[in-house]
Amino acid sequence: MPDTHDVIFRTLVDPTRRAIFERLCRDGDQTVGALTAKAGVSQPAVSKHLGVLKQAGLVRDRHKGRQTHYSARPGALAPLIDWTSQMATFWQGKFDDLEDLLKRMDQ
Amino acid sequence: MNQTSTETRAVVVERDIAFPPEKIWRALTQPHLIAEWLMKNDFKPAVDHRFNFRGDWGSVDCRVLTIEPNKTLSYTWDAMGLESVVTWTLTPTSTGTHLRMEQAGFRPDQEQAYQGAKFGWQKFFANLEQTLARAD
Repeated sequence: MPDTHDVIFRTLVDPTRRAIFERLCRDGDQTVGALTAKAGVSQPAVSKHLGVLKQAGLVRDRHKGRQTHYSARPGALAPLIDWTSQMATFWQGKFDDLEDLLKRMDQ
Repeated sequence: MNQTSTETRAVVVERDIAFPPEKIWRALTQPHLIAEWLMKNDFKPAVDHRFNFRGDWGSVDCRVLTIEPNKTLSYTWDAMGLESVVTWTLTPTSTGTHLRMEQAGFRPDQEQAYQGAKFGWQKFFANLEQTLARAD
């Protein structure tokens, strides 16, 4: 689905937003406060980035008392990372290289 | 998440090649020949031998699983969060060999998905670059 790709690429093209998403992937569930401490931008800016990430379906939020916890959505990047199609392209290329080598090899 | 992380998927690439299995087998199992078409490596045709493929983007951790000379070869292929098994099958034909490669692996979980996506982007940009180069 190219539209899903577009949204994901557009959302993650911003380095600060990408760093926030990367941290959620790596470290799991976090509050806005914890994310702000490491983001190097203000809390409202972090909240705004989280809103955009949420809209793109990359993160979800969960309210716990007065705090909102954010986490990366499993499978959010699935449309981008169909490894089977990546590897199929890789191996097709390698098969070409193998055939070239076989032509050059002695019997 | 545990539920999805065990789901296996596979890539199959097959081709009829105009050379006998014995010759293809050499290209699949001799390190200096493997390096010419796949990647630099320290492969040895011995079951349980651990080796690496080294590309400019990183390396692949491997272990030899099965060897049946001129017929089948399989090794594990772990790279960028993907745990998989690559199996080569050589079948003689009247014109040469039917070569089949199957890579079966586990569906990436969250962290793996991220690593995979990074790889995807690199590929995406490499393809974009090629397209742009052709557009000149």
